[in-house]
Amino acid sequence: MPLSLQQVEHIAELAKLALTDEEKERYRLQLSAILEYADMLQRLDLDGVPPMSHAVALTNITRPDEPAASSPRDEILANAPDHKDGLIRVRPILE
Amino acid sequence: MEYEAIIGMEVHAQLLTRSKMFCACAADYAAAPPNTRVCPVCLGMPGTLPVINRRAVEFVVMTGLALHCRIADHSRFARKNYHYPDLPKGYQISQYELPLCSDGYLEIEVDGRVKRIGIERVHLEEDTAKLIHTGEHSLIDANRAGVPLMEIVSAPDLRTGEEARQYLTRLRTILRYLGVSSGNMEEGSMRCEVNISLRPAGTDVRGTKVEVKNLNSFRSVKQAIEYETERQRRLLESGERVVQVTMGWDEARGRTVLQRVKESADDYRYFPEPDLPPLELSREWVERIRASLPELPEARRERFVRDYGLSAYDAGVLTADRDVADFFEAVAGLGGDAKGAANWITGEIFRLMNARGLEMSQMPIRPAQLCELMGLIREGVITTTIAKDVLGYMVDTGDSPGAIVQQRGLAQVRDAAALEAVARQVIADNPDAVAQYLAGKEQVLKFLVGQMMRATKGQANPTLAAEILKALLAQGR
Ligand SMILES: [Zn+2]
Repeated sequence: MPLSLQQVEHIAELAKLALTDEEKERYRLQLSAILEYADMLQRLDLDGVPPMSHAVALTNITRPDEPAASSPRDEILANAPDHKDGLIRVRPILE
Repeated sequence: MEYEAIIGMEVHAQLLTRSKMFCACAADYAAAPPNTRVCPVCLGMPGTLPVINRRAVEFVVMTGLALHCRIADHSRFARKNYHYPDLPKGYQISQYELPLCSDGYLEIEVDGRVKRIGIERVHLEEDTAKLIHTGEHSLIDANRAGVPLMEIVSAPDLRTGEEARQYLTRLRTILRYLGVSSGNMEEGSMRCEVNISLRPAGTDVRGTKVEVKNLNSFRSVKQAIEYETERQRRLLESGERVVQVTMGWDEARGRTVLQRVKESADDYRYFPEPDLPPLELSREWVERIRASLPELPEARRERFVRDYGLSAYDAGVLTADRDVADFFEAVAGLGGDAKGAANWITGEIFRLMNARGLEMSQMPIRPAQLCELMGLIREGVITTTIAKDVLGYMVDTGDSPGAIVQQRGLAQVRDAAALEAVARQVIADNPDAVAQYLAGKEQVLKFLVGQMMRATKGQANPTLAAEILKALLAQGR
């Protein structure tokens, strides 16, 4: 089932992407092709196959609860768009 | 029409781990200068990988066990996607399918009867960064981002604000007993949201749910529910519709205020977290955690009734705070009279804690000192009235009761000659009372003893004072 234009606009909105009309149509076709491929997989007979969420057969990769040094604040703030008094500064958020 | 409220509660509690959920940054974010507990992992920099804090998982399992939950054999994390500046990665690592714990319950008491409140799930996630709004800008402190956060979701089994308050109180007591969270609502280490809908009593109609956030105290939880229930009842009774919205609680004005209208269901596009392999909770692991659980409040309350002969009420009050219960048991263990200790703790000690805004752990009184104080009363060294003052001095100075009694000369006057002088003065000053006594109104003696206690600032031994008075008055007959 191909995606509708509205669905593409909804996804773009959730991802905070501003798309032109030409881009919307291009992504609609590309995303539809991906979903069609997923539909093919859905049609396989997988009765008795346990669902899988990860491609690598690892479990229980954990760490002990031991603190270590964090990054120097200068390095953290160097990646921020703007900062003030050690705080990252962004556009005002209206609650 | 009669309506009933259907209330469910979501509680978020920060876990008392030393490091964050998925990186080794220290979790003591509140005391640290802004953005000094931050690293590429908790900021979600490209190329970094989170690693699960084992202790945080164990804390959630402990909580699940204490809440009679089923502990999952397989559990995994999920990405909850949304954009907000308090979320450095653009998603929060949380749990969706396969939470660590599910299907438990917590018992509360309603009208003297036990009521079970279902626990739908207990899961593990990470906290968000702290936002400060200046109006012109918003400022971000990412120290809190990635601190382990446990979410406890109740079934919609609560019906009143009082039930919700009690549920929350008991839940916090359990978390503190387990030592997994400080449960401090004022500081935001425990946060609470409720959802409320109304339906005609006795039906199973589904009403429209309203969510209330920003509840920072037990009192506001109760008040907000009562306010919101009433607001919805009025709407329904006047034939209007309840709209699905998120409300905030305005503590100052004592009312709920609209935060946002939910146009459609939130679209978080959850999917299994690809960066974190799933968890397999072996029976051995879970049993090891179960074996590490401390005695929980309910069990302790029952034991206090059984072993110390306390009333269910006193046992409940003493066990509501683990530090208080520990203090009581230490006094009893030192050979102190258990019922007497319970009275002192729930009476004078609680009064002093309230008056000075102190927690039990901050009180300078040691268990051995309360024992000593009770001993001084038993041996007749001081009266109960004086003992209350001594307790106050103990809190102020940290000194032992014996030392305080000595320094301040508070020991009872048992010197018959000294008391006789006081008695003669009291008789001389109260001729009317003396006349009444001599005319046969014997209860007036109590008044005269009272005058002696007053004259000695409470230090007269009351039994001895009464005997001396009687003897002197007999001479006057
Ligand atoms: Zn970090």
